[in-house]
Amino acid sequence: MMLTLGHFLSLGAMLFALSVIGIFLNRKNLIVLLMAIELMLLAVNMNFVAFSYYLNDMAGQVFVFFILTVAAAESAIGLAILVLLFRNKSSINVDELNTLRG
Amino acid sequence: MDAKTGLFYVFAAVLLFAAFRVITSRNPVHAVLYLVLAFFQAAAVWMLLKAEFLAITLVLVYVGAVMVLFLFVVMMLDVNLDSVRKGFWKHFPLAGTVGAIIALEMSYVLMGGFREPPKLASAAGQIGDQVSNTKELGKLLYSEYLYPLEIAAVILLVAIVAAIALTLRKRKDSKHMDPAEQVRAKRIDRVSLVKMKSVVAAPTAVVPAEEKQS
Repeated sequence: MMLTLGHFLSLGAMLFALSVIGIFLNRKNLIVLLMAIELMLLAVNMNFVAFSYYLNDMAGQVFVFFILTVAAAESAIGLAILVLLFRNKSSINVDELNTLRG
Repeated sequence: MDAKTGLFYVFAAVLLFAAFRVITSRNPVHAVLYLVLAFFQAAAVWMLLKAEFLAITLVLVYVGAVMVLFLFVVMMLDVNLDSVRKGFWKHFPLAGTVGAIIALEMSYVLMGGFREPPKLASAAGQIGDQVSNTKELGKLLYSEYLYPLEIAAVILLVAIVAAIALTLRKRKDSKHMDPAEQVRAKRIDRVSLVKMKSVVAAPTAVVPAEEKQS
């Protein structure tokens, strides 16, 4: 049995579904929410790399490179905000973040 | 079933298990460590797809930098686990439904469309066979995608500055001086001359008395 594109895409889809479930389950824990977002980006990158290999096009890998860059910046700023939040509220419970009354 | 397929199944199984543990583990530190495992497995899967540069970048940049940052933050924050875990399983029916819908829909589409090898499959992997993946990616990045690359660099710089600016705080007990302020200081700020009337002491009567004695 040969590996097909479907194998990799299914793996990406399962990973994405798992991280969506994780976002629903960990509604209160901001750290795990950030980690679930990282997992989602990983699932998307998996699809990009698989398509890049099977369609013989390097542009997919270039795009993964940029996604990695943006994801690193996003998590750095997200964690900085998290630290700031914890310093001010001494909790990372999402339910308590209602200062803006949104 | 060749060795590559077997390896793929092993990596995929460990990856999914690690992802499951990330979203369900009780301790955030364990979640971060399982996320590291997930990234390693994803890097291995990318190796199977002949994307060596990205696989190594994932390990070096993600596991080496971002995950360590996560680990530091998780260890720095003293999270109250019980309050965070409250109502964890309350959302499970909704979460399970949404996840199952996503997985079923995607597997339906994928299994319908991509089960047989695509027409280009005979040519697949040709890039990696002759020249190195890194060289090929570098050529593309520094010629066709040079401008986006610069923008990515600026995004990283902005992220550095923003992260530092957000978390920086002034210490109250620091005896720090601002050199610019020191240079700008004028004489008037430091020394003030006060005009005073000169006072002359009147000659007292003691002196003539002393002269009389001698």
